[in-house]
This record gives sequence, C-alpha cells and structure tokens, in this order.
Amino acid sequence: MKFGIVVFPGSNCERDSFDAAVRALNEEAVYLWHQDTDLQGVDAVILPGGFSYGDYLRSGALARFSPMLNSVRTFAEQGRPVLGICNGFQVLTESHLLPGALTRNTSLQFLCRQVALTVENTKTLYTHQYTQGQTITLPIAHAEGNYFAQPDTIKQLEDNHQVVFRYAEDVNGSINRIAGICNKAGNVLGMMPHPERNLWKQTQWTGEGRPLFDSLYTSILKTLASV
Amino acid sequence: MMLTVSLELQQTLKEMNLTEGEYQKITNHLGREPNFNELGMFSVLWSEHCCYKNSRHLLKKLPTEGPRILQGPGENAGVVAIGDGIAVAFKIESHNHPTAVEPFQGATTGVGGILRDIFTMNARPIANLNSLRFGPINAGEDAQRNRYLFSRAVEGIAHYGNCVGVPTVGGEVFFDESYSGNPLVNAMAAGVLYDDELMESGAVGVGNPVLYVGSDTGKDGMGGAAFASRELDEASNEDRPAVQVGDPFSEKLLIESCLEAFQSGYVLSAQDMGAAGLTCSGAEMAAKGNKGMLIDLDKVPAREPDMKAYEYLLSESQERMLMVLDKGHEQAVIDIFSKWGVPAVVVGEVTDDENIRFLYHGEEVVNVPAKLLTDLAPSYKRGAEPPESERAKALRNRDPEEGLTDILLSEVGSWLEKLFGQLNIARPMGVFQQYDRHVQNNTLLASESNTSGVVRLRKKGGAFSPYSIALTTDCNPRYVYLEPWSGAKSAVAEACRNLACVGAEPLAVTDNLNFGNPEKPEIYYQLYYAVEGIKEACEAFQTPVTGGNVSLYNEHSGTAIYPAPVIGMVGLLENNATPMTPQFKSAGDEVALIGRFKPTLGGSEYQFLRQDEIYGRPPTISLQDEVRTLALVRQLIAESQVQSVSDVSLGGLLVSLVENTFKQNLSEQVGETGLGLALNLADLQARESLRLDALLFGETNGSYLISYLPDQKAAVQQACEEAKVAFEPLGAVLDSPVLTLQPDQKEISLQSALDQWRTTLAL
Repeated sequence: MKFGIVVFPGSNCERDSFDAAVRALNEEAVYLWHQDTDLQGVDAVILPGGFSYGDYLRSGALARFSPMLNSVRTFAEQGRPVLGICNGFQVLTESHLLPGALTRNTSLQFLCRQVALTVENTKTLYTHQYTQGQTITLPIAHAEGNYFAQPDTIKQLEDNHQVVFRYAEDVNGSINRIAGICNKAGNVLGMMPHPERNLWKQTQWTGEGRPLFDSLYTSILKTLASV
Repeated sequence: MMLTVSLELQQTLKEMNLTEGEYQKITNHLGREPNFNELGMFSVLWSEHCCYKNSRHLLKKLPTEGPRILQGPGENAGVVAIGDGIAVAFKIESHNHPTAVEPFQGATTGVGGILRDIFTMNARPIANLNSLRFGPINAGEDAQRNRYLFSRAVEGIAHYGNCVGVPTVGGEVFFDESYSGNPLVNAMAAGVLYDDELMESGAVGVGNPVLYVGSDTGKDGMGGAAFASRELDEASNEDRPAVQVGDPFSEKLLIESCLEAFQSGYVLSAQDMGAAGLTCSGAEMAAKGNKGMLIDLDKVPAREPDMKAYEYLLSESQERMLMVLDKGHEQAVIDIFSKWGVPAVVVGEVTDDENIRFLYHGEEVVNVPAKLLTDLAPSYKRGAEPPESERAKALRNRDPEEGLTDILLSEVGSWLEKLFGQLNIARPMGVFQQYDRHVQNNTLLASESNTSGVVRLRKKGGAFSPYSIALTTDCNPRYVYLEPWSGAKSAVAEACRNLACVGAEPLAVTDNLNFGNPEKPEIYYQLYYAVEGIKEACEAFQTPVTGGNVSLYNEHSGTAIYPAPVIGMVGLLENNATPMTPQFKSAGDEVALIGRFKPTLGGSEYQFLRQDEIYGRPPTISLQDEVRTLALVRQLIAESQVQSVSDVSLGGLLVSLVENTFKQNLSEQVGETGLGLALNLADLQARESLRLDALLFGETNGSYLISYLPDQKAAVQQACEEAKVAFEPLGAVLDSPVLTLQPDQKEISLQSALDQWRTTLAL
C-alpha cells in the first residue's frame, strides 16, 4: 500500500505524516511535489500541516492553484481517500473539496494545546476503529481553525453526519464546535487536530491518533480486495 | 581647513560608533585612510555585537573542551556528540535592541537568525527556546508599553517558529522594572546532524565560486549591528530602519534547500548573513579560510534599483547565505535552490590574497585585509579584578531581613496567594500556548518555564534512536545584580538542576551575556565576575561552553538592566528514558527535600513583593554539593525510586511545593489534580534556625523536592545517605487542594493561589 504526502513550499508536517504511514503502519509513502502532477499510483493522499506558500493571502488559498492539487482533485472525485490535516484542511476548503472556511481563532492568537474530541461518526473510512461518541485527545496547533459555513451548509453537514470530530469544549470559536468534517461521499476528510502527532506513547505506536490511520489502512485493503 | 575636515570626520566616526583611536589603527594597517565604504564595514565589524571588543578577553577564560565537544566556539554553533553518529548543534543569540523598538520583527528575526546558525552547520533544527525579560506588564507607569512589547514579541516568536516548523519546547519569562525600555529576547535553537557531516565556514580553494543564496538585498537593517551596540534612549524609535524584517516562509525554504544542497557534496563552506550582512559573512569566511574573496555587488540580487555600494555592504536583510562551491558544479547546486524557489547566484570567487574586495559598477570600492576586519578587531581589557563600587557593596551588605517583620502561620495562605499572583511565579501559559510545541513529532516534554523541554532524537533516516536531549535556559538576574560571581554560578547550577529534574545529564553550555555599558566600571565589574562565576561553575559541572552571544549596552536613558548571563544548556537522556516531571502524582505519596537547603530572603521574589526592592546577599552556593546532589537525583530517577522531581527555585520552598500540586502540563486542564499537602516543617525550621518567612519563601540553591511511594522511603533515604546528601521528609500528598504546615493547623485552601497562578499572566 502506498501513501502520497503532498509537499508544498512551507509544508512542515510532511515528516509527521510520513511517520504515520511508514513507521506506524509499516507501509510505503512517497512525497508528492507541488509542481508535479503524477500521483505515482498512491492509494491515499495526505495533505499535511504547515504554512503552504507561507499562507500568504489566506491559509491554503495559494495551494489550491498548484498543479499537484489538480491531480488530487481528480483523485478525490474518483472517490479515493484524501485526508487533510490542519493546513491540509484549509487547502481542502479553499479548493472546495470540502464546504465552509477556516477563519481566525476567536482569541486571535495561535493556539497550541491538547484538546478533547468526540468521534461523531464512526462509519467513515477514517474512523471505523473508534467507537461512536468516544473521546480522544489530540493536539491542535493553528491560528485559523475557527470553522465557519452558512447555516444551511451546517445543517446539511449535521444531517448527513459529515461532522466527524467535534471539540468537547469551545477552543477556537468553530460553529457547533466542529473540528473535522468529511464530504458527502465520505472519502475526503479535513480536520484541524493532528492525529499524526499522537501516534506514539514512549516507544510504542499506540497513540490515540493511530486508529485513524488503522481505519484508513483497512478501508483501503477492503477496496483493493474488491477490485 | 584641517579643523573642518577633522570635525567632519569626528562626526562621521561618532555616527559610526568608532573611536579616533580605532580610526588610527585602521589607517596604520591599511597604510592609507579608509574610504567611506570601508569605514562603514569597520563600523559594523568592530562593533561590540560582532567582535565582542569589550568581552573577548574575558570569554577566553571559559572552559571549551570536553570529550563530547565536536565543535567549540568559533563556528556558527557549538556541536556535541550524542552517540551512534548522532550529534547536536546548539546556540543562543540575543535580539534585544531591535525588540525594544519593533517587538514583533525584533523577536522574529532573533528566532530566524539563530535557526540559520544551526542549519548552516548542516544540522536540521529540532527545537527552539526563548528566554524573555521585560518590564512589568501589569503595574507601573510603563505597564501598557511593556505589555505591548511583550505580547508582540511573543507573537513574533510564535509566528516565526511555528511557520518554519520547529517546536518551541521551553524557555523562560522574567519581569523586572530594569527591563522597561530595554527588554531582552534571547533565542536558543538546537539541531541534529549525523556522521560528523559538519559544514564549516572558512573559504576554501582559490578560484572557487562564491554563491549568494536567499532573499534579495534591501535597505532594511542598515547598520543593525552598530545599532545593537549603543545604549537606547528616547530617540531610538527613530532607528526603526535598523530593524530587519523577517519572513519565516523564506527561511523555511532556505532550511530545506540548504540541507538538500549540502547533501550534494558541492558546497564546501557556508556562512549565514546575519549581523553586518554581506560584509561580515564575506570577511569571516575569507579570514577563517586564510583566503581572500572578490565579490561583485552588481551581481547581488537587489530588492530595489539604484542601491549604493554602502547599502549592499551593510544591509541586514534576512534569510540570506553565502557559500563557497566546488568549481564546475555551480549549476547542480543552483538547480536545487531553483527547485525550492530560492534565488541563488554566483557573485564572486575565492582569491589568494587574504583581502576582501568588492566591485561596484566595475570599480573596486573596498579592498581591505579580511583579518583586519575580524581577528585584528580591537579588544579592550579594562583591568583584572575590578573593584566593587561602594553602592553595590552597600546594597549587598544590607541585612536581607532588614525592614521585614516575620509573618504569622495564619497569614501563610494570603502570602501564597500574593506570590502566585507575581508575574515571575504565575503560570506563563498565555505565552507558551502560542508556540507550536509538537511539530516534528519528537516532543517528549514541553516545558512552560524554568524547567527543561525534552526532544527525542531520530536516527539518520528517521527511526527512533534511544536518545533524547533536554534543553533549558535559566538565569536569575537579581542574584547576579546583587553578587555577580555567585549569581552567575547560581545561573549555571539552576540550569543543571533543570536538566537533572527530568533525569538528564548536563552536557554543554551556550551562554548569552546581557549587560549594560561596559565602559562604566560598575557594569564591567558585573561582567568580569559573572564570567568568572560561569567559568568556575562550568568547570565543576564539566559542561564546556561551546559559544554564545554577548549583548552589551543594554541601558535605557542611562540606567542599566539587571545583568543577565543567560545559561542555555543541553543535557542527555539515554535508553529511551521517559523524562521525569515536577508534579506530584497521587495522594499518599510522600514528599521530601534533598540537598543543601540554605534559604535567604536576599534577592528573593518575596523580598521584592514586600519591599519593592532587593538587597542583601543572594543565595549562597556550594558547587561540590550541587554536583553530588545532581548525580543522586539522576540516580533516583534512573532507578525509578521517585514519582516526581523539581528543584526549589523562585518563591522558595513553599511556592515550589504548592506549584507541584498544580497540573502544569498544557495537555490537561489546570486545577484538576485536586491534590494538596500535609506538611510538617517544624524540625527543619528548628534545625536551620529560620524565621517562618525565610523558611517558606527564602530562596536557595542546591535543593530538590521529590515525591515517592511510602514503601520506597527506606530505599530513597539509604541512597541519600550513601551519596552524603541531606534527606528531609516534609510530609505527604493529600487528595484535596488544601495545605497544612503542621499537624494541628487549620487547613489552608489552595484555590485562590491556583486562580492567581492561572490568570495573572494571561495575554
């Protein structure tokens, strides 16, 4: 199995995502350079955290125009898994692969801390190894994680169970304490908290972010088997 | 006629911060008068900031060698060997003056500069720390401005460190009136490198091309190094063009592209363009390599048209590097930089004449021996063993308890509340939660303040190694102010204790000497004895000094800061050790004090709280006892005999004890531990014949607080006896947030102290 991790100039969590694929799951991973278009036959794409293109203009706003993102868009439209973490989530909303926008935290400050999240939907590619309503702890590290969308969009997200992770308490002003959402088809997930930064405990790969990657792994295995 | 010229020259020299004697020295060496461009170069390279002319002879006294030292002072950063081919580069640097006039950019460029020092050595940056000293932000006439300076500096550090993707794992904040108008921002960074692949900075190979890499050269930061070597006054705000502007995005690209370019093997040496820009990096590379360098300024990428030679030479535009390449492989290296969108252009070559020469519009505008700019820069010895001023002596000789009536047992709760509401004791969470502390996935422990951050080291290729490094910065400037010699020793000892508290072995030091104007005898006295103190302590702990930074002239309107020789230290944990933490773990655990406990009110936070001034001798120190106790603490941690370890620091015994009942880990909600303490301090008080306030709030060196399971007590006590370290059981951890100091005493609620601790330093 092969994971593709997109590297924009200014990405800074590509190695953290590499840990998830290569060291936690023991699978292959390749870095996908923003100016290339070849997805190299990967089974899933991860848009990592960081400050793509310096986050100039708006977070994620310039990344959507990169050649690689065109390929990722096609990949997503084919129903293949695309996971955006932190800046990756911002890139996904800017690219309209996910609805809504991520605006400045209500504190107007960068906020780095561990947060409690509830897993709201365990029927996705990414979450079936969690239990419904389970509380997990993941770190956040962002200045723009305040999720916003029009009321009808929020209603659709809630009605379709597209809110996958919710903060246990308000941390950044997000509507309905939304921490992560998926698209209607469920193959594109964007989340502000970092599952790839809670992968290990001491020397064991048993962190609370691990089941997300295990879920993705078994989902891909199933797809591969059915082809 | 002669007089007019001389007056003009005098004025020019004054503006350039050069003395007439220095001008004479330049002229003598050149055999002619320097031209304006050359004079500008001397102005920056002979500034205190670049050549340490007032401190160089003192710094030579510091121990710099040890079995683990791969690189001591003299390169961009020091390097220590860890094991299995892994090495760590680290250094601290100040950005005080820029922060005083433009806090956001001043602080960001401080972080950017220190990171360049690290990756220039071919080390990937893995950790940042920041040691901050500002004027009080909650009271006093400058409170509003201090708050602005402080919060903007913190935002600047966050902005830069977060964007480049290097976790900020520790540091400290300290507030005192003496830093109003002249705050201190000391940034420390560490990076990892493998298989001794150190990049050096000396120019090599006559005829080899010199590559300019990074951002375009603009007019920002003109003469910043000279600016940093002056006292600040009301007019300093007009110096804002001397402050550089940082762009962490450019830096991030520079990090990635440089590390990739170094891997090609075609980069023979590299130097970042920091203070004094092109002038400094060119001259230093040439001088270090015993070569010359010829650079054509017309080839240097410029941010704006019609830049003068002088402006190219002295610009301190950020995120730029200079490299010497293996001739014939220029394109391969340039291609790597192009991939990352980083400008890279050949601007000159290495020559055999040991002179640094610059061409501008086809004409040679500078031609001076490189070593005259660097190695031969002036060094001023202001006399050995300078005398203490009468004023300082009188202050030090006052009784620390003078004017202070002792407190009653019934008042302890309210004093605790007041102390936890002091800026220097309150929890700086508002600061540290703005820093990304986990990026890179290696943070084992992120320290908030005055302890150590711990970062796991990876093997080459990225697999876990069994090693991690602990990092800390520390210095109590009050102790140094009252007694520079012992105060500096205390700073080294405190940094060592911070490392020992997590279980780490102290390896090496990088120091940042922040002082006032050394031309004043009182300041030179402080500097001289602080260096003596660092020397003595570093020898005792066997922690060589691998470099650092000197920042003098930290004065505002004629008043000097409290001297702050900030000690940055790196320690080692092996065998996949889990770092120990300071918090008490569960009710029923027993608590003891170990080590040399000699508290005094002299220079304490408590004395300052009550008297609004500090006086008397600060805590004494026994380096022998420190070394012995440190070894014991590390042994207790390694043998899993203790549940928690902290040292006794600011605020004294009781503040340190109570703080350990608060949850300090940002990962969890504060105030939830619900733990308290049942103490019995009567024996200790009687034996040391201390007043109650001196016992509870006096500050001391050499002491640690440990907690352990009751059935471990005998083993812990035995280990202490064998190590000849005093062991003093103090009581036990309770399951509710209350405190008693003796068995029959009414319980003191810790809630209001906790509230103060949490809320005082919110930003």
